[in-house]
Amino acid sequence: MTPSTPAYSAMELMACVAARTLEDRRTVLVGTGLPMIGAILAQRMHAPGLVIIFEAGGVGPRVPTLPVSVGDSRTFYHASAASSMHNVMSACQAGYVDFGFLGGAMMDRYGNLNTTVIGPWEAPEVRLPGSGGGNDVGSLAQRTIVILRQDTRRFVERVNFITTPGYIDGPGARERAGLPAGSGPYRVLTQLAVFDFDETSKQLRLRATHPGVSVADVQAASGFKIQVADTLEVTSPPTEEERRLLHEIDPVGMVIGK
Amino acid sequence: MEMLGQGKGELIGWHDPDENRRWVLENKSRELRDKRMSVTQAVREYVHDGDYLAMGGFGHIRVAMAVVYEIIRQRRQHLVLAGKTAVHDADLLIGSGCVDRIEVAYAFAQELRGLSPAGRRAVESGACRVVGEISNAGYQWRFLAGMLGVPFIPSRNMLGSDTFTHSACKVARDPWSGKPVCLIPAAYPDVAVFHVPRCDMYGNAQIDGILIMDWELARAARRVIITTEEIVAHEVIQERPWLTAIPFYVVDAVCEVPFGAHPTTMPYLYYFDEEHIGEWLDLSKTPEGTRDYLDKYVYSMPDFATYLDHIGGATKRAYLADVEHLRQPLRAPWLQKK
Repeated sequence: MTPSTPAYSAMELMACVAARTLEDRRTVLVGTGLPMIGAILAQRMHAPGLVIIFEAGGVGPRVPTLPVSVGDSRTFYHASAASSMHNVMSACQAGYVDFGFLGGAMMDRYGNLNTTVIGPWEAPEVRLPGSGGGNDVGSLAQRTIVILRQDTRRFVERVNFITTPGYIDGPGARERAGLPAGSGPYRVLTQLAVFDFDETSKQLRLRATHPGVSVADVQAASGFKIQVADTLEVTSPPTEEERRLLHEIDPVGMVIGK
Repeated sequence: MEMLGQGKGELIGWHDPDENRRWVLENKSRELRDKRMSVTQAVREYVHDGDYLAMGGFGHIRVAMAVVYEIIRQRRQHLVLAGKTAVHDADLLIGSGCVDRIEVAYAFAQELRGLSPAGRRAVESGACRVVGEISNAGYQWRFLAGMLGVPFIPSRNMLGSDTFTHSACKVARDPWSGKPVCLIPAAYPDVAVFHVPRCDMYGNAQIDGILIMDWELARAARRVIITTEEIVAHEVIQERPWLTAIPFYVVDAVCEVPFGAHPTTMPYLYYFDEEHIGEWLDLSKTPEGTRDYLDKYVYSMPDFATYLDHIGGATKRAYLADVEHLRQPLRAPWLQKK
């Protein structure tokens, strides 16, 4: 049987996987783009009690349409609070934020992220935006979810610059550095698969593949050897309802496309 | 306190707390006096070559754009920018050559719109130098320490990262828990600039919606310029004083600039002018285009009111108010290229 072209796009699938990773009656601090869409979709599907938090101060909004920025008025539309960065980041540091949800540029097997620079810091080949709130969320949220497109340039053996710490260089490294106990990367979502982290080694581990994707495909799109969980799941494709909601959330196609 | 590590970033904008306290005692008036002036005058008096500058808002949210344009028109040089979610503000200030050093929490990009050509070109060519890295909360807490008048704030972010390695922060052992903590140094910008919906002539500035880090930044900065959609009577402020985010005694200049955040967004009033920002992103792909944009919208404009006529005036504002209030869809040229 030859695989038929799916009725959904890779971005739609990633947004749905993002949404399904979030739990009802939890707090999530979201970054720009897919994390926002995922959280908004979750709130409209299985997690109506999901409290979406934006770093610039929006707390608990019913986001009407996809924001351009984590600080525009959509991020505190019908919200519980229009607060401040100090309020949000303090809440994160004090343990009120269950999930941090970040996009990434480059990641290594310990979930360390680089969004600062490609090439030497002193003489960048490509200068990226820097931490933004990424380091804060990755340091201070209890469980961090990262969503990014994976390929051999983005899934690298060792990031050349740790903008945002994952498990740094292995078990216990976060606590030794002084980061909050028990915090750290939880899931990594890509266009091919869902990963978690091995409890002992704190290294990335394949947990589920998306429809039509093989373990070999996932390995081929990585710059390091991927561990595979004993039981591998397969992601369910986006439902019609999820797809309809995605286009309702992002009507002009800023992230999801037309 | 046992010191465990030190970032190698350059420390900018720090003062000994007694030195800054003395500066405040000697330079900040407690008098309710009329601080109204033109943007031209405010920039002439309070923004100097080499100053450490921080823009209020969030890079493209509630940015005092009339002041950004005026700084460019007055050709300020060697400014050091607080890259605290620096977006459109930084793009223009770097692209015009006014800023040549920046401490980066977030810069050289435009969130969903992608990376910004002018900023990237400047940093990759060395025309703008990154003096250090920090995170958004890190910058926020630099201003918190400044506002509190203490030399640093202990925190638990940035630990174990290269963001720390390239920052001006230190790591020490917490004398109580014994755990490593990050020490974030205070920052006192020479001048900070805010756009707000309403303010009285004394400088009592009210903000609608999120405060971002304006509460702390305004209190940490030595000089504060407010631009406001509307200057209101003091009695209007007194009716709802709990909305006053920035009190008069930290403010030095008040300038009335309606539509003053354009093309950035002003919560509850108008959304981003994506068509205008799109034109900038397009033109700023080359140094020639950057000059063309600045000639067309900044250098050739005597003031912000003329600029507003040029970009579509009341018609444009009505449309952006509609988008803000979800009555019209967003038109964004960069969407077609994604």
